[in-house]
Amino acid sequence: MYKFLIANRYLRTRLIALASIISVTLGVATMIVVNSVMSGFSSQMKDRIHAILADVMIETTNTDGTPDPRQLMADVERLVGAEVEFMTPTVEIYGMISFDWGGQTVYRPVTLIGIDPNGKNHVSPFAGHMMSRQKIILDDELIRGRLRDPNEPLDWELTDDARATRKDWIEFENFRDQFDNQYGNFESPVSAPPELLSGVEAAPAIEPVSSFSLADPFDDGSSPEIQQVSGSSVDGSQENDSTANGSSANGSSISHERHERLDGTGGIQSFRDPFESTRIAEQINPMDPLPARIYVGAGLVSFPYKDKATGKTKMIYMVKPGQDVTLTTIKTGKPEPASFKATVVDFFKSGMSEYDSNLVFCNLEQLQLARGMLFSPDPSRPNEGLDWRDGAVTSLQLKLKNYNSAGDVVRKLRSGLSPHTGTFQVLTWEQKQGPLLEAVAMESAILNVLLFLIITVAGFGILAIFFMIVVEKTRDIGILKALGASSRGVMFIFLSYGLSLGIVGSGVGVVLGLLFVRYINQVEAFLSWFTGRKVFDETIYYFREIPTLVSPMMVFWVALGAIVIAVLASVLPARRAARLHPVQALRYE
Amino acid sequence: MSQPSVISMNEPVHLRAKALDKSYRKGEHKVPVLRGVDVKVNRGEFLSIVGQSGSGKSTLMHLLGLLDVPDVGEVWLEGTRIDNLPERTRDELRNNVFGFVFQFYHLLPELSLLENILSPLMIRYSIWEYLRRKSELKEQAVEIAKQVGLDHRLRHRPSELSGGEMQRAAIARALIARPNVLLADEPTGNLDSRTGGDIMELLHKLNEEQQLTILMVTHDDNIARQAERIVRLSEGRIQSLNEAAQGVA
Ligand SMILES: Nc1ncnc2c1ncn2[C@@H]1O[C@H](COP(=O)(O)OP(=O)(O)OP(=O)(O)O)[C@@H](O)[C@H]1O
Ligand SMILES: [Mg+2]
Repeated sequence: MYKFLIANRYLRTRLIALASIISVTLGVATMIVVNSVMSGFSSQMKDRIHAILADVMIETTNTDGTPDPRQLMADVERLVGAEVEFMTPTVEIYGMISFDWGGQTVYRPVTLIGIDPNGKNHVSPFAGHMMSRQKIILDDELIRGRLRDPNEPLDWELTDDARATRKDWIEFENFRDQFDNQYGNFESPVSAPPELLSGVEAAPAIEPVSSFSLADPFDDGSSPEIQQVSGSSVDGSQENDSTANGSSANGSSISHERHERLDGTGGIQSFRDPFESTRIAEQINPMDPLPARIYVGAGLVSFPYKDKATGKTKMIYMVKPGQDVTLTTIKTGKPEPASFKATVVDFFKSGMSEYDSNLVFCNLEQLQLARGMLFSPDPSRPNEGLDWRDGAVTSLQLKLKNYNSAGDVVRKLRSGLSPHTGTFQVLTWEQKQGPLLEAVAMESAILNVLLFLIITVAGFGILAIFFMIVVEKTRDIGILKALGASSRGVMFIFLSYGLSLGIVGSGVGVVLGLLFVRYINQVEAFLSWFTGRKVFDETIYYFREIPTLVSPMMVFWVALGAIVIAVLASVLPARRAARLHPVQALRYE
Repeated sequence: MSQPSVISMNEPVHLRAKALDKSYRKGEHKVPVLRGVDVKVNRGEFLSIVGQSGSGKSTLMHLLGLLDVPDVGEVWLEGTRIDNLPERTRDELRNNVFGFVFQFYHLLPELSLLENILSPLMIRYSIWEYLRRKSELKEQAVEIAKQVGLDHRLRHRPSELSGGEMQRAAIARALIARPNVLLADEPTGNLDSRTGGDIMELLHKLNEEQQLTILMVTHDDNIARQAERIVRLSEGRIQSLNEAAQGVA
């Protein structure tokens, strides 16, 4: 009985001991906050990664891909069919996007991914990240509502907004071309200076083909080989021209570039052959989007702009959905560039800047066509009757019924895929983003170690204060022993003292930490207001609010760890107290 | 355990010291304090120990009360050797058999006077038993506090008491456990003659009514003379005085 009474009295009369547990409290609170924010970040990041990547990816090691996707899919079905819910092919290849902005051509390196929207929809929750399906909010002000339902499946249709943009844009381009033709530079726009052209290696090689197909791009008699080139080579040649013009940068042939922008249908250059242009215009409405359509990562075409007058930061988009851009990539087999024009359908914002400023999603068949991985069955109508299964694909994305079986699936695929369809790399999305996820895990592990060291330091504080109390209370310990208290009882006093300090310290810490996590955005707002600058800038972190995820197990272990440290810290002083000799202790002054 | 099994009632000698030697080490030097002390105390006897300051009276009391172990010699309680018992048993003996009044009171400063008086019982009983019998034990403590004249100071801390009040509290604490042997080191050292007389009266009463065996250290000859028997401690040995008062040895 005395043990509790004495421990209780010491607790209440030795407030200095409470000071030592403040560090325990703070340590516990910090650990909870840091862990919650870290796991909030990493779970958000995983969501974002997973929005782009599928559960398991089978990728060919060769950029030309596997020529027989049917065989590959049959193999996958045979090996792991039971675990796979859905699979969809993609073609992934490096490339470049270029578009016109403010009178100059902007180039960006990209990774082009050809997708089947329906399949993509099945393997990863990508659709929800489309900008047209999100509200745009800036500084708590709704700038634009949702244009589409976020749950609608992916497709290549333009929104009404994008159609309107497209109409305005084409009219504006037409007007500008006329204007340039009349008042602009009258230098011959066709012949760029030879030294500029020579800088572009592929230009001479393609030139003859392009002129051939220009003469009659829909010539039935042309062989499929030529035809498959023609679909993109027309654009390729123009792209080369425009590259040359863009890089000339002296404005001498800007008017020529303008013309390029006009040809909405791919390869109709009105100034060369006005009759042909009108003939084709009857068949193809320039207002219709091109057959090649793309989703562009928002980061590729936008940048934050801080308005000096209002002090607000807003995103400036250099391209709008509905406009056409030029994509350049390489053909299969030989390292030749392939260019084609595509209409921007939408932007996506996964929140992973690595993706948002790098990826362009294109319709799979059009990318296959452009790269020469697929040939049109009917060359007179190159964009009809295409089936990606007839061409080559570079990867197969699998959605599993249960992600827990991923390791198993990967193992089976690695050993079981027949080498005659190509060599493959099989990865889960976590493995593919391994270094990033590992870096985050490592970071949080290091932080945890450091913070736990802080709690340990607090433990040494407790140790020192307890020793002080034992020394101060030596005489009392002697009295208790003289009155018949056992050594174990005396030890118990100090251990329970440490335990109560630990429980109080970590309990308060847990409460503080959880409160902080709960109100972290309010705290952030207050700090921003107090310091006058934004502590958590959403344009940097891509998060509107600081994401948090409280794991009860983490809270439990942190609290338990702190309590154990407090008890351990009291063991030494308690043992010392227990070993005191009663007479010596009584004589202690 | 209310009564240790080592106690047998038919032995007339209650507590006995046999040739106790005790010396303290001071660096290289050995300072002998007790050199073969022999004391026998019968059941219900009231024995005074006198001696010069520094003669080893307190040391002897500590040895008899199992607070310390002798270098040589034995301590016997009712025919059983007790100085070499395991620690747990010695703890229990201290709590159940011996009542200690320290020369410097030694009250616990964090506890109120009432709690100080109750502390031997708190040590004796587990928390459940203590809480169950709390009111009964409290009544007992108040009763004893009344006997030593402290019932108006129960809620005070030791630091708020006078020296004499603290001494009386220490006596009350020693008595509450209903000991068989009371070891009192200068119980009246800080009291005026009237209060001291009251305390002596209380001790005599307990000695007579409850057959309490009392060993009392004092340097006041008047107080010492009130005991049945007086022994003098000098040069580490016992010299019996007051032979007339000596009972059956
Ligand atoms: N822990 C110790 N270390 C060294 N010497 C000690 C120790 N305890 C006691 N002594 C010495 O032993 C001797 C006896 O001490 P003790 O306290 O028994 O005397 P005492 O007879 O009670 O004296 P007083 O009447 O002043 O209380 C003293 O000389 C003291 O210096
Ligand atoms: Mg003394």
